[in-house]
Amino acid sequence: MDTDVTSIDIDAVIELMANQLADQMKRKNIVEPLMIGIHTGGLWVATKLHQKLGLTKPLGEIDISFYRDDFTRIGLNPQVKPSHIPSEVESEHIILVDDVLYTGRTIRAALNEIFDYGRPDSVTLAVLVDRGARELPLHADIVGLELDLSPEKQVKLTGPTPLALETNRS
Amino acid sequence: MSSSKQPASTSFKAPDSSRLQLDEQGRLRHFLTTDGLSKDILTEIMDVAESFSSVGQQAVKKVPVLRGKTIVNLFFENSTRTRTTFDLAAKRLSADVINLNIATSATSKGESILDTIRNLEAMQADMFVVRHSASGAAHFIANNVEPHVSVINAGDGSHAHPTQAMLDMFTIRREKKVFSPLKVAIIGDILHSRVARSQIHALNTLGVKEVRVIAPKTLLPSDTDSLGVHVYSDLATGLDDVDVIIMLRLQRERMGSALLPSEHEYFECFGLTEEKLAYAKPDVMVMHPGPINRGVEMDAAVADGPHSVILQQVTNGIAIRMAVMTLALGQAKGAEQ
Repeated sequence: MDTDVTSIDIDAVIELMANQLADQMKRKNIVEPLMIGIHTGGLWVATKLHQKLGLTKPLGEIDISFYRDDFTRIGLNPQVKPSHIPSEVESEHIILVDDVLYTGRTIRAALNEIFDYGRPDSVTLAVLVDRGARELPLHADIVGLELDLSPEKQVKLTGPTPLALETNRS
Repeated sequence: MSSSKQPASTSFKAPDSSRLQLDEQGRLRHFLTTDGLSKDILTEIMDVAESFSSVGQQAVKKVPVLRGKTIVNLFFENSTRTRTTFDLAAKRLSADVINLNIATSATSKGESILDTIRNLEAMQADMFVVRHSASGAAHFIANNVEPHVSVINAGDGSHAHPTQAMLDMFTIRREKKVFSPLKVAIIGDILHSRVARSQIHALNTLGVKEVRVIAPKTLLPSDTDSLGVHVYSDLATGLDDVDVIIMLRLQRERMGSALLPSEHEYFECFGLTEEKLAYAKPDVMVMHPGPINRGVEMDAAVADGPHSVILQQVTNGIAIRMAVMTLALGQAKGAEQ
């Protein structure tokens, strides 16, 4: 029952996410949210969403490598990038963006990192793909598409242009 | 090593191999010297440091990456700045830090150091940051620790001070972006400087265009030729067209000896002033490992002037030490990438 993900029009999915996000921001009375993308795929999606929504606050980017819970098991990711959050996090409404939501551990790490910059008023989570199989009590507010994949399959966003999904057995 | 007149530098066998620093997969396990490390490893250290440089901007200046690790700063020789930045680096990584200042006595020999190490290992230490007045001390300790323990050299005798060299490389890269076109001049007491040795190895590995040393002949080591540098004994010609000037600290205790006549005369010949700075490129950067002897190595106007990156060096030193600690402790045994 695995879907062929390579043929999915990612830009159309992001367009959909942008509309849902706009609705949700309106409902929550949030005028100027601060968007933060998680390296690397999440940042690609966030860059598009940021542009489509015409957000005024500059886009933030975080690399959660130093906040991972498996450092003692797998060591440091050698491709770690600097985090850069250009404006205050304190009392802001954050839109956190990632490409694939799976176990939830990346989001846990990202939330911890964001809170080390300050105490936001709220965090909304937007993901391009939710593939289920959560190991932590987390859910996304905005989901581009839901995929039902067998556990041994990996799904990965390639980019930045064009954005496409690919799967491979790990 | 040249036969320097260091009083306490003969207790250990001279360090031979830099292989000790890498594990079977070629990843950093100890950080003892820049000599023999590949360009890839030096670049990786700077890349990881770049990522850590944002931590200082966080409201909570801390990442949890080394939570639960115990790091022992083992200082057999006095140091304020180096120890403070190692201390701060470990704390920003959420490690637990113990600072031990063990005064060096003339009788402090290898055996008593081993006893110290065994005791600290029995307390489950994961890393030793070692400073010692004897060349080779950190190598000696690295050769004798348990397999899971890492050793970082925070300066040994006149041999090496690799984290200082790497924070200098990192500062140069952040200012100048690429190494290949750069001419770098190191000025001062090359003979006794572990910093200069580590810098020269790193600069050559990273592929700068030219490394120059400018010093009185009495302060040049006998093996200068083998270091891959151009030697100048005149400041004006040595500074011609350079992009980076690295001043070394002149140890006051050596003043007035046969090696150095007087502070005044030294400053006349090798002290950096704004007039002498004009020999270098207009966008030259001036570095100094600190602490500065104002009016001996350089004028206050230069130290506090627009070319000086001395305080950036201090900030960058924290990120570099965080990077080295994380890389050395982050190489889990048998982990695949």
